[in-house]
Amino acid sequence: MAAARTIAEKILSRAAGTDAAAGETLICAVDAALGTDASGPMAIDHYAPPPTQKAAGHLAAVRAFSAEHGIHLHEIGEGIGHQLIVETGRARPGALVVGADSHAVTYGALNCFGTGIGSSDLAAAMLTSKVWLRVPETIRVVLDGRLGPGVAAKDAALALIGRLGADGAAYKALEFTGPALDTLSMDARFVLANMSMECGAKAGLFPADAATRDYLDGRADGPFAAVEADPDAAYADEVGLDLQALIPQLAKPHLVDNVVPIDAGLGQPADMVYLGTCTGGRAQDFRDALAVLRRAGGPKPGVRLIVTPASKEVHLALLADGTLADFAAMGAIIQTPGCGSCCGTCGSVVADGMTVVSTANRNFKGRMGNPNAEIWLASPETCAMTAARGRIADPREVLA
Amino acid sequence: MSVLFTGRARRLGDDIDTDTIIQSRRKRETLDPAELKRYLMEAWDPAFAATVEAGDILVAGRNFGCGSAMEVAVTVVLGAGIRAVVAKSFARTYFRNAINNGLLPVICDTAGIDDGETIEIAAAEDGLRVRGLASGFTAAAEPLPPAVRGIVEAGGLVAYLKRHGDFQTAAPAANTIADQP
Ligand code: SF4
Repeated sequence: MAAARTIAEKILSRAAGTDAAAGETLICAVDAALGTDASGPMAIDHYAPPPTQKAAGHLAAVRAFSAEHGIHLHEIGEGIGHQLIVETGRARPGALVVGADSHAVTYGALNCFGTGIGSSDLAAAMLTSKVWLRVPETIRVVLDGRLGPGVAAKDAALALIGRLGADGAAYKALEFTGPALDTLSMDARFVLANMSMECGAKAGLFPADAATRDYLDGRADGPFAAVEADPDAAYADEVGLDLQALIPQLAKPHLVDNVVPIDAGLGQPADMVYLGTCTGGRAQDFRDALAVLRRAGGPKPGVRLIVTPASKEVHLALLADGTLADFAAMGAIIQTPGCGSCCGTCGSVVADGMTVVSTANRNFKGRMGNPNAEIWLASPETCAMTAARGRIADPREVLA
Repeated sequence: MSVLFTGRARRLGDDIDTDTIIQSRRKRETLDPAELKRYLMEAWDPAFAATVEAGDILVAGRNFGCGSAMEVAVTVVLGAGIRAVVAKSFARTYFRNAINNGLLPVICDTAGIDDGETIEIAAAEDGLRVRGLASGFTAAAEPLPPAVRGIVEAGGLVAYLKRHGDFQTAAPAANTIADQP
């Protein structure tokens, strides 16, 4: 009988056609591969729309390559590659999906081993349908309780990263489990899976349950081979997080693990508030942010509020329910679905000395295009409250 | 034991992220390492790139290359003539991009290596050895996994696949799930 296995060990063993344990380096067959305009073809998201002549030329090359090789291409405005992978049902329970972008870990929310690779790996995957991977050890993350009002999955992700550190899960997988899973929507799970990269994780894996199947219904044809961990699987570590006790969190410049409870940042002036990215750019994120903005009386004049839906599907959902109209009426700038200002390759940039508070996953120096600006990371609700006050403020003031 | 590289150590700190190695905004104009190399480590020290000489070896602390999986963060280092990075640990995407481009990632305790000193990286039977020629510093480094050793030896994944046509270890038939529009 095979030894007890974690989710990561099971999916990679299946993909390599062998019974492997953590620590082994395998040649695995991939089920799908994503490239972006910053790595290889397939989703035009980082330069959407292209900000320079040369970037536009690069996109033309991406289009020509995709056409020549019969690769499905997602155009400017369709959205962020990771969001498109999940929306189009390519990330499925039990599958191995690689993406030439580190936030491919997002697919873990769907019980899919999603992991980031480089451009050479992508070329090799397109040529051979294979990739070399080391089977990671796994840290078990046990989530308990239920998020309170004004506290979001982003806060849980930041708290976890603060605890583990930027390399706390390096070379490892996170496996999310615990009684709180039943209370977490798919959008919340995407946030946690996405941000597992920020503590160095190779994958952030959730089990598949009713919410997973609901999400996949109409997106992908079943049945799915959902993968569960064996009860006596071996874990490198276990961390517990009580969502009930959690309060809003912030990541201070310039490191994602520079995490503090919101009290430590209250009053910090903000020049731009950014709502979007593959972490905080889904429909629920904008609805939560809007609810806070409404109660707090709208954005403070002078604060640049930017809304960038993660995809066209998200954009349309927000048009249909009036969310975008409300944001626009409040003076928000609505950007093309895609990566937007997240990594400074397109979208609005701030001046020297300015501070951005963002729903993104990274705040490295220069990340949003100006090394002389500061980036703070927070939940959509905290970002919205900050836009309303012009200073970092606690959304529980209007929600609790 | 055979010497792989000898070069000047360029000391960096912990948690050097890929945006520090090369700012994403520099990718607006080009992805060519020969052009990007003048922005190497710009966010760390704008004067750094001009002082780099071919053959230098980057020496870092923990979690080198964290952040984005962008491969230019490796090719820009190679473009500057650097062939090896010695660090206490690497972010996994940087580690694999290094291997796939023929940049040697060496994992060992780097605390005793001084900035500017000449160090030597040598291959031993059971792994790698890093030695400071003046200070006498020595550290043992883990060997690369057997499955990927051939990739570094070939000078990267593209060269490896050109030579062999496929990975040299068996894997099952691919694409159990077809791509959909
Ligand atoms: S939204 Fe930001 S983090 Fe996500 S894929 Fe785009 S650039 Fe990367």
